[in-house]
Amino acid sequence: MSRVVVDVVLKPEISDPQGQAVLGALGRLGHDSIRSVRQGKHFVLEVDGTPDRAELEQIAQTLLANPVIEDVELHLTTD
Amino acid sequence: MRIGVITFPGSLDDVDAARAVRLAGGEPVVLWHGDHDLEDVDAVVLPGGFSYGDYLRAGAIAARSPLMQDVVAAAKQGLPVLGICNGFQVLCEAGLLPGALTRNSHLHFRNRDQMLVVERADTTWTRDFDEGQRILIPVKNGEGRYVGSDADLDRLEGEGRVVFRYAGGNPNGSSRDIAGVTSENGRVVGLMPHPEHAIEDLTGPSTDGLGFFTSVLKAVVNA
Repeated sequence: MSRVVVDVVLKPEISDPQGQAVLGALGRLGHDSIRSVRQGKHFVLEVDGTPDRAELEQIAQTLLANPVIEDVELHLTTD
Repeated sequence: MRIGVITFPGSLDDVDAARAVRLAGGEPVVLWHGDHDLEDVDAVVLPGGFSYGDYLRAGAIAARSPLMQDVVAAAKQGLPVLGICNGFQVLCEAGLLPGALTRNSHLHFRNRDQMLVVERADTTWTRDFDEGQRILIPVKNGEGRYVGSDADLDRLEGEGRVVFRYAGGNPNGSSRDIAGVTSENGRVVGLMPHPEHAIEDLTGPSTDGLGFFTSVLKAVVNA
């Protein structure tokens, strides 16, 4: 069994009002050193056998993320 | 003229859309997302709501449902398709329309009567309007901010594919006040505001929404 982690974040040019709201809350809590927050999604996939990187890239690009607005990062780990 | 209205799990405005079709003079046909049968309809409406609870991204799961595969194939052959609100999100996720809909810039759900300017009166769904006409249609969304890269937006504008723009205030922070766009052939249209809620004086702010449905009925007759 392998674990594959997929992180999805908005592209830098797409504004992230949710991240900005979190940043505003941090400021109100006194965490003045935090300069910016970008909110994203974190998927953990358990895969039988050896993960097929090409298949996982396709899954990430066609379902887990919308490439119009989001970037993805794949992290493969084998137990 | 048979106009299909697809119901997904979490659709809310499918009944209103079917009623709008009927009041415009068409025959609404109930379609189910899990089937693989478009029942020979002449056009399709994807209604508003929260298909699959907006899980993953608004419209993302619905765009990959069985019947949507048939809709995508038929749209590429010229089937007229209108996506309203969640239906617009589904069309973008399915790749039938460009761009994406994201969280409103102010983070609030916005529900109000909204003025729109018709920029294209020659699409299958807008031919009963005039270019430059202002129409009043309810808008209600939390993830209605239309976005795309500057290059993509420039290309869209250059190709004249912006069908509606918000007037009198942008309700969700959409790029360039874009409220609705169309496919290259003008037969697929998506917009965030809800024409099916503006079809009767008793319940809507206007009857401007009827024009969408009378437009497609004429287009289908003349096809």
